[in-house]
Amino acid sequence: MAKRSAPEVNAGSMADIAFLLLIFFLVTTTIETDSGLNRKLPPIDDTEQEDVIIKEKNIFQLNVNRNNDLFLKTGGEEKVIQIKDLRNAAVTFLDNGGGTGPDACKRCQGKKNPRSSDNFDKAIISLQNDRATKYETYIAVQNEIIAAYNELRNREFQKSFPNLELNFVEAEKRYSDPRTPSAEKAKLKDKLEEIKILIPQKFSEAEPKKSN
Amino acid sequence: MSKFKKKKSGDMPAVNTASLPDIVFMLLFFFMVATVMRQNTLMIDNNLPFADQVEKLDKKDLVMYIYAGKPSSNYKSTYGTEARIQLNDKFAEVNEIPAFIAAERASKREELIPFLTTALKVDSDANMGLITDIKQELRKVNALKINYTTKKGNALQGLKK
Repeated sequence: MAKRSAPEVNAGSMADIAFLLLIFFLVTTTIETDSGLNRKLPPIDDTEQEDVIIKEKNIFQLNVNRNNDLFLKTGGEEKVIQIKDLRNAAVTFLDNGGGTGPDACKRCQGKKNPRSSDNFDKAIISLQNDRATKYETYIAVQNEIIAAYNELRNREFQKSFPNLELNFVEAEKRYSDPRTPSAEKAKLKDKLEEIKILIPQKFSEAEPKKSN
Repeated sequence: MSKFKKKKSGDMPAVNTASLPDIVFMLLFFFMVATVMRQNTLMIDNNLPFADQVEKLDKKDLVMYIYAGKPSSNYKSTYGTEARIQLNDKFAEVNEIPAFIAAERASKREELIPFLTTALKVDSDANMGLITDIKQELRKVNALKINYTTKKGNALQGLKK
């Protein structure tokens, strides 16, 4: 009959329970890394291939030996190079634009050295490892080469589409972001393709040498 | 005299802890949401190298993981100190990779198979010989999209020179 107030639940131990759970999740959490360098492997092709003749000046030949030293052979000279100088060397090589006539490169801003690459499309970076090369060094070299390509692609993307206020890497990130609306994606796709065709990543990896 | 004493020992108001559970719960929810339960127990050292030109791997369900590195201290006595491959929860040889890829492909819907990416989680100290063998096996089974999983950071920082 009389209105009885319900007894209050004692919430004093709530904090303890929550702490217990919190500590459990803190201990079990591992923040997984899920980013890295995307690459594509060449398919195995058993058919006979014609040898393509490539001018020596268009090859930027890198060789990493078992002591993780880097040798560079390009434009008729061979030298030991430090990894920190590799990005600039690769940009200089790709951007050289030494071609004439049909091979002339309109958008290259390099020195037009006739002993270095003709244009973006002709320039090839080749990498050869030793089997005893450290993975860490290999990743650093890969990273620097991708960085060199990205640097040029950023520049050309901004030059071609200045009103987007994005560079190539940002545009690509936006393109692969699932939250970007599909209308914008379609627009970005064409532009990204255009730059990728202008500056293709011609990067070849030779089979590593055995070191005994 | 006693007057002063009384004032000094005036009881401090207790700190109100009523909102403590709320704060703790907030933290708890953050960690619950951010937690990813590991699928594989790592039996190898896996200290990933650094790189700064990274792209994000989205769609976790379309990624196959291949781990490689030196066996961790518990397994050193049985498996030695040479870098090895780990697939799922056990050590594997290079020639087991095609079977692993086939099993992963069989577990996915058919239309998703072309989008499958292989993530190589390799310890920085591993030798390139092992990686090359892995890549060769992947080429044989036509799993060409790969991703060298790295930590985000300056690529040159770990190198000695």
